[in-house]
Parts: sequence; C-alpha cells; structure tokens
Amino acid sequence: MAWKDGGTIGVALGFYLIVVTLLPLGLGPDLNLLSRIAPGLLWVALLLSALLSLGRLFESDLEDGSLDVLATGPLPLEAVAAAKSLAHWLTTGVPLAALAPALGLLLNLQPDAYAVLVATMLIGTPAISFIGSVGAALTLRTRRGGLLLALLMLPLFVPTLIFGISAISAALTNSEAYGPSLLILGAISLAAVALAPVATGAALRFQLQ
Amino acid sequence: MQTLTQRLANPTHFMALSARLLPWVAGAAGVLIAVGLYLALFVAPPDYQQGQTAKIMYVHVPSAWLAMFGYVLVAASSFGLLVFRHPLADVSAKAAAPIGAVFTGLCLLTGMLWGKPMWGAFWVWDPRLTSVLILFLLYLGLIALRSSIEDESLAGKLTAVLALVGIAIIPVIKFSVDWNSLHQPASITRLGAPAIHTSLLWPLLVMTLGMALLFVAFHLKAMRNEILRRRVKALRIVRADAGAALAQHVAG
Repeated sequence: MAWKDGGTIGVALGFYLIVVTLLPLGLGPDLNLLSRIAPGLLWVALLLSALLSLGRLFESDLEDGSLDVLATGPLPLEAVAAAKSLAHWLTTGVPLAALAPALGLLLNLQPDAYAVLVATMLIGTPAISFIGSVGAALTLRTRRGGLLLALLMLPLFVPTLIFGISAISAALTNSEAYGPSLLILGAISLAAVALAPVATGAALRFQLQ
Repeated sequence: MQTLTQRLANPTHFMALSARLLPWVAGAAGVLIAVGLYLALFVAPPDYQQGQTAKIMYVHVPSAWLAMFGYVLVAASSFGLLVFRHPLADVSAKAAAPIGAVFTGLCLLTGMLWGKPMWGAFWVWDPRLTSVLILFLLYLGLIALRSSIEDESLAGKLTAVLALVGIAIIPVIKFSVDWNSLHQPASITRLGAPAIHTSLLWPLLVMTLGMALLFVAFHLKAMRNEILRRRVKALRIVRADAGAALAQHVAG
C-alpha cells in the first residue's frame, strides 16, 4: 500500500531540490550568507515538500472506496490513520531527510552541521507525518484542500521547526549542546505518533458519515 | 433540577435569555470602556520613560488576554460539541472564532503601533509576538476550514477537531518559541513592568472588564444571529420541500 505511492516520492524529492535551488538564485551566490541560512532553509523546504504529499494521503483511498472498506474493517480507524502516517513517513519523510545533506552541499552548509541536520530531520519528520495526517483528514473533500492544508498545518509544525533549528544552531556553536533540543524534538514526535491518530481517526469517521 | 447549560441547550430558552441579557451586557461594556479610557488617558500618569505612548497598553494588554480567552472559548465549545453533543456548542464555537481573531489582530496592531516609537521597528521576532502571530494563524485556519466545508454539521465537527488539536499545541508553541528564542530579547520596558501601581492598575482592570464584556456581547449577538440564520435555512428547506411535494401532487 505504501509503495503504491512510488511516484509521489519522486515529486516530493524533486520539489525539495527545486525550492533549495531557487533560494540561492533569489538571494545571490554569497556562500557565507547561504551557509548561515542553510539549516533554516533546508528545514522549511522540507516542511513544504512534505506538505505536497500529505494532501493526497487519504484521497486515493476515498476515491476508490477503500476508505469505506477500511472503516468497516477489523482495524479501528485510528490504527488505519497511524498506519498511513507511518507509510507517509517512510516514503516521504525519510527520503527527504536522506536528500537533505546533498542539498546542504549546494548551500555550503558547515561541516559540523551535517550529522545533526540529518538527526533532527529523522527525529522530527514523524511529527510532520502524523500531525499532517490530521490536516489531511480534515481537508479531505474540501475545495482548495492543498492550500487549506498548508494554512492549517504550518502553525502546528512550528515547534518541530524551532527545536530542529535550535539543535543545529547549538551544534554549530558548541559541539555538545544539541542534546536537549533533540530530546524535546523526539518528545514532540512521540506525542504526535501517540495522539495524532486519535484526531485523524475522529476526523475520518466524521468525513465518512 | 436542570443545570444552566442544560437549560440553555434549548435554543428558544437561549434566545429568550440572551435577548434579556444583551442590552445590559452591551451597556455595561460601553460604560466601562468609556470610564476606562477616561481613566487611562486623563487620570493615569504618563510613563516616566515612554510618556503618553505607553497608554496604548490599556488597549493592547486586554486584547491580548481576550485573544487567549477567545481560543479557550472555542476549544471549550468544541469539547462540548464532540463530547457532550451540546446543541449550541457548535453555534458558540462558530461565533467565537472570528471575534477572537479580531481581538488577536487588535493586539498585534496595537502592539505594532506601540513598537514603532519604542523599539524603532513595527515588528520583531521575539517569543511573545511570534506566538501571538501563530495564534492568529490558528484562528484563521479555523475560520477557513469551517467556510470551506458546505455541510454545516460536518464543518462543525471537523472544526472542533482542529480547535482541540490547536489547544494542545498552543502550550508547546509558547514553550518552544519562548525557550528557544534565537532573537535577542528586546530591551524595552516590558508590558506589565510598571510594578503596577494602583493608578495604573485601575484603568487597566476597568478596560479589561469592559473589553471582556464587549467580547461577551459580541459573542451573544453572534450566537443569536447564527441561530436565526439556521432557522431561516431550515425554513427555506421546508418551503422548498413543500413546494416540491405540491408540484408532484399536482403533476401526478
């Protein structure tokens, strides 16, 4: 079920590459400037790329009727939501996190930051996928669903973004200080994994009534 | 013996009660705000550093508190809808969101007007401002979600889910932005800093109470409008059904 979305992985990765390419074109090639903004840019572009595929998380199932089948099946909708979120993380979050260091090369990211960058992304992207699934369920059949999804989700992504950046900044200024931020990032992700499926399941249930 | 919320679950009772209450609430709000403004502008001493500009605090601080109160009201109404299925919970949530958004916007606007003379900038990315801005975005999201779903009952339930997710995230946002301010804290006289001398405290309390009653007045009025709007819609449906049935009867 997850690999059915194979085409979307390419689109998300391609979008990530394009956004990260656009900013230096817009800001000019000053490598010092780019290396200062690189962590933030890589994180924000990752959020936007993840949003792309979140919109379609439940749509294809709704369209072919399998969402109704899943709702009446043995698994509670919350478990279905959790499974789809996990699939989204594996097929979008992880590949984006894997691409990030390569894009960091384009932005002259400081060498000390690479490991922490990937760590923050791997720890933080589950929160993106799971909180995002709530938004996907809420905007399932609305017009302008994609734009609305972005409006709804981006404020909710702010804590993940802030702690991710804070860990990277800490690693750049003092090589051991990133621990607390990573721990809190992990806590946010764990809370999202535990609680978001409840909200997503409720939203799906309401949508299917 | 019915509790108040149980009694108010009947829209007719609510309409009757709010019709009696509303003039008093609105009147009291008007009086208190007028008194508060008088006290703030003419009785309270100007700040020794900021002069008269600091008096924007008397509008800025109450609107900040009401912005947060508004979101709690939306979340509580959403909880009432999803858990207790209170009939007026959805009406309350729908009415409260735009009002809360306006007070949040007022807070941001007065803050910007205060910030320009004080900090030299209309906006800085310090924790408090950032979290209020995000609160504003959450309100906009609620309003946008509700308006993009045509089925009213579904819109109410989904917006309720979003409101409750938001209320869970707000402490996290405040915590994350506060604790991880990447920005140098602004070195200004902070909002509540005048070790609140009574001459400053009273106008603030009066303004807060007045603006809170204004919020309540707006909320009651908006709820009444929403109930009436739903009644009109229901009546239109009944009329359309009756018309269709009559046409069928005549044709068949």
